[in-house]
Amino acid sequence: MKKFLIFVFIALVYAAHQDFWNWKSSGPLVFGFLPIGLAYHAGFSVLCAIMMAVLVNVAWPKHLEADEAPTTDKDPGAHS
Amino acid sequence: MIPVIVIFVYLAVIAFIGSIAYRRSKDNTEDFFLASRSIGSMVFFLSLFATNMTAFAILGSSGQSYRQGIGIYGMMASSSCFVIPLTIFFIGTRLWALGKKFGHQTQVSFFRDRWECNHIGTVIFALIAAMLIPYMIISIMGGGTVLNEISVNHETHDALIPYWLGCAVVAVVVTVNVFFGGMRGTVWVNIFQTILFLLFGLVAVGVISHALPLGFSDYMSKLAGDTKTSYLVTRERMPQQTFWSYSLIPLSSIMFPHMAMMCFSARKVSAFKRTVIAYPIAIMVIWLPCVFLGVLGFATLGRIPDPDGVLLSLLDKYSPVWLAGILGAGIISAVMGSDAHQVLAMSTMFTKDVFAHYGGKEKFGEHRAVHFARGFIVVVTVIAYLVALQLKEKQGIFEIAVRFAFSGFAAMAPVMVAALFWKRSTKWGALAATLFVAASLIGFGILQGSPAAPPVPAAASAKMLSTNLVAATAVSTNAPARPASTNAPAGKPAAAVAAATPKPKEDIIWKIGEGPDALKVLSRAANGDVRFLNGYMTVFPMVVGSALCMVLFSLLTKPPSKATVEKYFSVAAEPPR
Repeated sequence: MKKFLIFVFIALVYAAHQDFWNWKSSGPLVFGFLPIGLAYHAGFSVLCAIMMAVLVNVAWPKHLEADEAPTTDKDPGAHS
Repeated sequence: MIPVIVIFVYLAVIAFIGSIAYRRSKDNTEDFFLASRSIGSMVFFLSLFATNMTAFAILGSSGQSYRQGIGIYGMMASSSCFVIPLTIFFIGTRLWALGKKFGHQTQVSFFRDRWECNHIGTVIFALIAAMLIPYMIISIMGGGTVLNEISVNHETHDALIPYWLGCAVVAVVVTVNVFFGGMRGTVWVNIFQTILFLLFGLVAVGVISHALPLGFSDYMSKLAGDTKTSYLVTRERMPQQTFWSYSLIPLSSIMFPHMAMMCFSARKVSAFKRTVIAYPIAIMVIWLPCVFLGVLGFATLGRIPDPDGVLLSLLDKYSPVWLAGILGAGIISAVMGSDAHQVLAMSTMFTKDVFAHYGGKEKFGEHRAVHFARGFIVVVTVIAYLVALQLKEKQGIFEIAVRFAFSGFAAMAPVMVAALFWKRSTKWGALAATLFVAASLIGFGILQGSPAAPPVPAAASAKMLSTNLVAATAVSTNAPARPASTNAPAGKPAAAVAAATPKPKEDIIWKIGEGPDALKVLSRAANGDVRFLNGYMTVFPMVVGSALCMVLFSLLTKPPSKATVEKYFSVAAEPPR
């Protein structure tokens, strides 16, 4: 169920990218100077960051962290 | 002269960084190619971003928005904001884990082991290498042209740095950086590059806004109010088919060998967390100001001979000369940053997938393998340099090859997805998909229209970059150089084309039916690009066809052994819980 909801969430965000309703509109100018089509996609970029934050929190592949090995700070074979 | 000085200071810094990285290096391939898988979280983000971001993000984005308007952001930038972080999240993290656990350093070594194959891996290697080579050559061509044009004296029209010397400088600096520094040196340079990039757009907007006689809102209202220019603040001239099919192009990102290598190089998988969240914001920070300034450039400057120089024209008019110098350094760093990753990726692939795989490692040992890799870096750069000199006039062909490569890499994404997430996938499915992609590239290449003409001479544009130069570096954020919706015939200044507002002239190759309702299965757009099913980009049938080949031929053939499937699916493909 969780997997399905994540898929739906991603699909909805993708659907938001296809903003056909803004295709021929220039206004309103957001903040007085940004055409709506540009402001919308700037907002979409922020939405993508939010989507990724959600995915990191709810769908992070924790099982992969088992492969994290401690790394040494010192390079014993380094050229000097 | 100031931009030249700034650039040479920048080149000296790069060489210095390479020498420091050399002191930290060890004589084994994992250290040379992947910096011992030790890249930390913040450095990982900055370097991964720089690997995928070139001069197009600054000059190309503003030039395209000057021609087509604000829609270019939605088509190129925000589609990348969506697709690239997702591919890094779902594919990059799994690649990292498999590399860490089984020691893979290239995509091909993973495919070979995952599907228990040998020569099929070599076929995949050959396709990837063939798609990467024009990218490397055009980087040197672009770098040589930048240095040549940036050194032009605007009064005498003489260039201080000839093209051959510009190419040589770029080739030598890249070689020194990669030869000595390997992945560590390349990554350290990327940090500098990304910071420069991220700051540029914001600084340019701030400086220009203070110098303009009117406010931003006045210019935008003026454009929107005029029916001849309203397309710049809408997407009324942008075909929805192009807009949609473009969202498949960023799938190429994770299939670039240098991007995959970056994923292998992270110290911890948690480094991906910050990267995938910050990635869309970083794209916005670079693209939004540049796209806005491109449109603003039309409103303030009117028609200019070289739209890709619109940002430079604005800076020329409204900002001090030092900012243009920093921009020049940013462009050259973008060219060389990408080139360094490509050279390193090619060297890694040849060393691991050919030299080591076919017995070189057993025969000569790990220590010699690093020497082989370094030797290969020199050889491949010298060859790329010679080709860049000999085929300068054929630059248009390389541009088209790079654009095709983006579709090709995107169409290879189903192969990677199947390898990571589908137990039943087989080597024959991978081979069928690879051959389909190769055949598609050849087929669409034959159908492609005439290549673009060589760059506009510097004196003609009175600006340091020409349209084709930006196209030459248009390999960032998965951006083909000339979107079809431009409808700009290759070789003609786009502003001149826009001024004439020509109607798109299509050459229909294959259609079903007659009249306005006919289905145009294959057509050739005015810019020579092939279109599929009433206007979709060729990446669409390539991705779908590759996925179908993968599925169909996998189901028809014997899967890998149970032991191999368990080996990989106990670590990589556990679904999100």
